[in-house]
Amino acid sequence: MREKVHEPLFHIVKRKSLNWYRAWGIRILAILIAFALDALITTMVTGLNPVGVYGAIFKGSFGTARKFWVLMQNIAILLCVSIAVTPAFKMKFWNVGGEGQILVGALATAACMILLGDLPTAALLPIMIVASIAAGALWGVIPAFFKAYWNTNETLFTLMMNYVATQLVAFFVIVWEVPKGAGQIGIINQSTQNGWFPSIGNNKYLINILVVAALTVFVYFYLRYSKHGYEISVVGGSEKTARYIGIKVEKVIMRTMALSGALCGIAGLLLVAGTNHTVTTSISGGRGFTAVMVAWLAQFNPFAMILTSFLIVFMERGASAISSDFGLNASYADILTGVILFCIIASEFFVNYQLIFRKKERKED
Amino acid sequence: MRNITKTFGSTVANENAQLDIYRGEILAILGENGSGKTTLMNMLAGIYYPDSGQIYYDGKEIVIASPGDAFSYGIGMIHQHFKLVNVLSAAENVALGLKEKGRFNIKKVAARIRELCDQYGFELDPEEKIYNMSVSQKQTVEIIKVLYRGADILILDEPTAVLTPQETEKLFRVLRNMRDAGKAVVIITHKMSEVEELSDRVVVLRKGAYVGDVLTKDTNAEEMTNMLVGHKVTLEIVRPEPVNPKPRIEVKDLVVRSEEGILKLKNISFTAKSGEILGIAGVSGNGQKELLEAIAGLQPVESGSIRYIRDDGGSDELVGRDPYDIQRMGVSLSFVPEDRLGMGLVGSMDITENMMLRSYRRGHTFLLDQKKPHSVAEDVVHDLSVNTPNLETPVRRLSGGNVQKVLVGREIASAPKVLLTAYAVRGLDINSSYTIYDLINEQKKQGVAVIYVGEDLDVLLALADRILVLCDGQVSGIVDARETDKYEVGMMMTRLSKKEKEA
Repeated sequence: MREKVHEPLFHIVKRKSLNWYRAWGIRILAILIAFALDALITTMVTGLNPVGVYGAIFKGSFGTARKFWVLMQNIAILLCVSIAVTPAFKMKFWNVGGEGQILVGALATAACMILLGDLPTAALLPIMIVASIAAGALWGVIPAFFKAYWNTNETLFTLMMNYVATQLVAFFVIVWEVPKGAGQIGIINQSTQNGWFPSIGNNKYLINILVVAALTVFVYFYLRYSKHGYEISVVGGSEKTARYIGIKVEKVIMRTMALSGALCGIAGLLLVAGTNHTVTTSISGGRGFTAVMVAWLAQFNPFAMILTSFLIVFMERGASAISSDFGLNASYADILTGVILFCIIASEFFVNYQLIFRKKERKED
Repeated sequence: MRNITKTFGSTVANENAQLDIYRGEILAILGENGSGKTTLMNMLAGIYYPDSGQIYYDGKEIVIASPGDAFSYGIGMIHQHFKLVNVLSAAENVALGLKEKGRFNIKKVAARIRELCDQYGFELDPEEKIYNMSVSQKQTVEIIKVLYRGADILILDEPTAVLTPQETEKLFRVLRNMRDAGKAVVIITHKMSEVEELSDRVVVLRKGAYVGDVLTKDTNAEEMTNMLVGHKVTLEIVRPEPVNPKPRIEVKDLVVRSEEGILKLKNISFTAKSGEILGIAGVSGNGQKELLEAIAGLQPVESGSIRYIRDDGGSDELVGRDPYDIQRMGVSLSFVPEDRLGMGLVGSMDITENMMLRSYRRGHTFLLDQKKPHSVAEDVVHDLSVNTPNLETPVRRLSGGNVQKVLVGREIASAPKVLLTAYAVRGLDINSSYTIYDLINEQKKQGVAVIYVGEDLDVLLALADRILVLCDGQVSGIVDARETDKYEVGMMMTRLSKKEKEA
């Protein structure tokens, strides 16, 4: 038997519940700690004044009107993908195929613009919208169908669908390359601008931003107030309970993934018709994966995703700024972003658990 | 154990609890749900760590910060949910995690297990795989696992909840042998009859605090219940006479196969009548679950029929329809399944959202009606005195009894004609159990056909009008609950009698 009594310094206890403001307080504190940590690392590693570096990050995002709109446009696209994967995630369907669904949506849009390029924008646009939505939805429904009827693993399936989509785009890039042998499509309909989103005022990104804003509101209400949204929560909460009350689980899985894919398809449409006016295999830029993180950090609340996607895009934009301003390479900004994300994710632990320090109390005798 | 306090968030599980355990004694810990019995024992077994307070062992203060620490003091706990690896044999399960010096020798382990079996009177084949074992055999493995590690203090958390009366007797014999061999045995239980039969001393906990400590021979069920609840209660289940019973559900030659192709129900036939409680007895896993799920439209049926007889005498076939179809046919059927959070409710949703499960399809718009379920939720919480901070609390945060009240409340809120319940009071304390019995009786008085699957024979005999006994997927008899006794039903549960065709 042991001689001495060693009491553990603290132990971990699950919190019963936490006010929303205290929970957010913890999260904000985590971000502040992250910034302080980042500052410390910056000074130690590079010897630069961290305030200057943060200033550069800020300027890189907000410095000029153009930079600001690029920032907003990037947030919009990332937000669009994030709200797209959210219904699936609420259903506990781990859709990591956002990337592929964006790509096929983009490809469908580009195909319409190239093949029907003679049509005026007013006629072409509806076709592009339908095509991109249909393509994205199809890409979402295929894994959903196999999951619903044969219980295949949706994570692997959607992941594989990404590769298929990438190769499809690669194939058509060669088919439609301009000029032959260039290995890229180039700007589609550059002279006619057929199928391009019109600029509002002088702003060519405003349409993208407005579309995503509307979709965000839609997804919020769909999940929170519609019967479909309720069914998604029930299926996600317990498939058995869903069957118990007679929800056709297969149908809900397929319907939800069609929606998820369709929204990704729209993201593809925005990228091609609104932003890039071309299609490449890297057009989605990993947003299908980043969106998973954005959605998760926001706890699947579409409005909170505005904040989380802002944070991530802001850091990315700032990163490219400091790499040019200070001659630090872009990976350095990734380190800073990594520290911030780590702190945010770790803060969830403190939202759910607390440490209890054992009170020092003396024995009676 | 002295002045033990443990809190979970704002919930106090134990407050200044104290407890003495003596060698050579069987101690029963009695308490309602959420009175902190299991938490207190978990702290002794090293699963949880107390916020404050001291534990003494042979007069010396000790610290138990992990199950390993607990074992080093000879404290072992047998949990309600077994922690065994299904594909391994009994001996292999016992050997898991052992840190013995020398080469690993499964034969030696098996031999030692046989020795332990002989010593205390267990029946167990160490070579047998867990998946081939009955619940009671699995429990034996758990007990051996603890004994093998040299435990002197055995803690059993509701060990009889899953056993037949015969198996319970066997377990009690073994526990008495252990006591006589000088070990300390602690059992956590709700069941008065077991406390009286088995224990030497009883400790009563109420709301996490220690209420009292009495020698079993100096007390009786009435007194213990009063200590338990804090005020006087009567321990009687009323059984009103059925009013105007008419056939409501007619099951004929029902055959059900599980997904693995195992025959779960073999030619089941019976009739459930309105205004009557049909009790279903049987060792768990003998087809009760499949029977209820088949009626509720959740279980594919191989052959046979289930007919719902309407008030006007016409009847509808329920086989081959899913729960939504059944609802749309106008058959008002409620089902309180065994796995409350897994099947009847969604744990992450709040009470209001759980109330919507049955009714959310109402209305022709795309949008949900959240107002009506909210008022239903208010009514259920008020009428059944559900103990919850508010209606927005996820139901999985509620205690077992309150979860069950939410589920039963929702199921009877739709004014059903048929009420199916599976182990409606499993894990519930005395107070909550009686609330549920009253609710079920209330439904019976309103002419509902109740099918009540139960495990406590005393309750089944007192509550039901007729009892159908299932054994190995067959009806081994349907008896009048007023004219039978525990032992007849117990025998029927384990052996098929010839009375099959009578009903």
